[in-house]
Amino acid sequence: MSLLQIRNLTVEFATSSGSFRAVDGVDLSVDKGELLAIVGESGSGKSVSMLALMGLLPWTATITADEMSFEGRDLSGISARERRKIIGKDMAMIFQEPMSSLNPCFTVGFQIKEALRIHLGLNRKERHERAVELFDQVGIPAPESRLNTFPHQMSGGMNQRVVIAMAIACKPKLLIADEPTTALDVTIQAQILDLLIRLRDEHDMGLVLITHDMGVVAETAERVQVQYAGQKVEEQPVRDLFRTPRHPYTTALLSALPERATSKILPTIPGVVPGQFDRPKGCLFSPRCRFADATCAQTPPTPHAEGFGKARCHHVEKIAAGELV
Amino acid sequence: MFGYLLTRIGLFVPTFLGVTLISFMFIRVLPGDPIIVMAGERGMTEERYQEMVEKLGFDKPVLQQYWEYLAGVLQGDLGESFVTKKPVWEEFFSLFPATMELSLCAMIFAIALGLPAGVIAAVNRGKFFDRALMSSALVGYSMPIFWWALLLIIVFSGNLGWTPVSGRIDLLYYFPNVTGFMLIDSLLSGQEGAFASAVRHLILPTIVLGTVPLAVIARQTRSAMLEVLGEDYIRTARAKGLSPTRINGLHALRNALIPVVTVIGLSVGSLLAGAILTETIFSWPGIGKWMVDSIFRRDYPVVQGGLLMIAVIVMLVNLLVDVLYGIINPKIRRR
Repeated sequence: MSLLQIRNLTVEFATSSGSFRAVDGVDLSVDKGELLAIVGESGSGKSVSMLALMGLLPWTATITADEMSFEGRDLSGISARERRKIIGKDMAMIFQEPMSSLNPCFTVGFQIKEALRIHLGLNRKERHERAVELFDQVGIPAPESRLNTFPHQMSGGMNQRVVIAMAIACKPKLLIADEPTTALDVTIQAQILDLLIRLRDEHDMGLVLITHDMGVVAETAERVQVQYAGQKVEEQPVRDLFRTPRHPYTTALLSALPERATSKILPTIPGVVPGQFDRPKGCLFSPRCRFADATCAQTPPTPHAEGFGKARCHHVEKIAAGELV
Repeated sequence: MFGYLLTRIGLFVPTFLGVTLISFMFIRVLPGDPIIVMAGERGMTEERYQEMVEKLGFDKPVLQQYWEYLAGVLQGDLGESFVTKKPVWEEFFSLFPATMELSLCAMIFAIALGLPAGVIAAVNRGKFFDRALMSSALVGYSMPIFWWALLLIIVFSGNLGWTPVSGRIDLLYYFPNVTGFMLIDSLLSGQEGAFASAVRHLILPTIVLGTVPLAVIARQTRSAMLEVLGEDYIRTARAKGLSPTRINGLHALRNALIPVVTVIGLSVGSLLAGAILTETIFSWPGIGKWMVDSIFRRDYPVVQGGLLMIAVIVMLVNLLVDVLYGIINPKIRRR
């Protein structure tokens, strides 16, 4: 049994100009101790699907799923009160902007101890000891004195460590990291990723890493799921994905990596992710795809078999056979 | 923090001088002659008039008069009332507790209702409670104080007979003036029913004076909360599995308090201005009524001194607000 199992997750937002489908039939599963990366451009529904799982979306969102279970427990019909017992304890999330993710009015110590009190019911002394231990664990120097500082008194990297310490405070079984390194500079990025992987190994957590950085994926992940415009377009183990990307979108993403560039001009994917009003009828990627033909524009593709990376593309077989170049 | 306080206090000096100058000039620009007013209907002889002019120093150049006034003020002497011959200072402090009692009650009323109302409205944005509250706040904000006061008097004192029309306490009770605060003094006196009577007298003036600040605070709290509720750290708090009560009442409200405390500080000025009307309507023996009476009597030292004292109080409250910023949000302390 997987730790987290999601089937056919759809999230729609009610907007003043009709409903907008941000996540469209996404499947996802994470095992204990596994690191799954979700990649895709901005607007591909990576964060929204995870926020839906955590129950953190605003009331304008409608969430439907065939299955959404955590440790075999169904989360879809759960009450808000029941969900609050799970999130922050067994299932935790780290966000993109460490500087704005912490409340400026409270010390970091207060913010970390709060979760310990609510979920674990520790007393004052135990909370303090655990907080010091956590700060030590995430590599914050002088943890005792750091507990009394405010977020604005620390750097972005340190704040992200605090956020991570907060997320792992109750030893979660699943940790979702939503672009944890985007706001940080490159040297800190590596440290934070190393930290996340070390914590995953120590606690045998499932780890979902949301990112748009293929470099980060290559260094860290085991399994990769590529999302585009709210749909999962491909899923493969990381090695296979980099060696033989199946979906033209994945191929395009990989060739846009500076490390892989063959010419002086960095290849890009023309156009942007479709929004509410320019959603294509057929394959969502077809307007930007160099292999697209009449079929692609008309009929939405269905996912292929495991062997083809579950790619959502009409032409996977032809591309694999080298018929389309 | 200490240096910050010193700079703030340093800024008091020009404001203080400005207020003395404006209050001094303002009352002299008003038409009417205090000596004629003092003489009343009987009038006075030309010699007596000249004598008074000399005595009050009106024969000197205005600038010299101002200078002498300012020198007095800086030595703590606000002058004597033309009418009662008592020092302005003394009169102010004998009347100020009444105003302060009323203003404090009005402020507590406004904050105690306005803050929760604003929070609840923000959390239930767009729903019935929010709309109902915000429209009534708008009505409360735009309603003329005197009309609102008369309306309440007609209904609650006139028709229903629940509350007294005016004054601070029933004439039945008499006790020594210890603190000047009727609520405290009536309790200290130990007389049965005195405290209840004081409370009954306070209700209507408190509501009337507190209505505008209440509306302002509710609206400000709502908009500040709405802004804060969209912040990333609120999402973090929710991701921790905290209860909505804790998130809204602690994590969000503390951040939303900054603009709210600002309007509370600013309301103190309008509260004192509103007190003038409210006190006049309810015959509340505070500085508001005292000031209005003095303006009609052209009692120059009282008007000048009263304005100055009110300005100083407003300045002090705003200094307090600045200090509060740093306590509420430590990020501000660094500047």
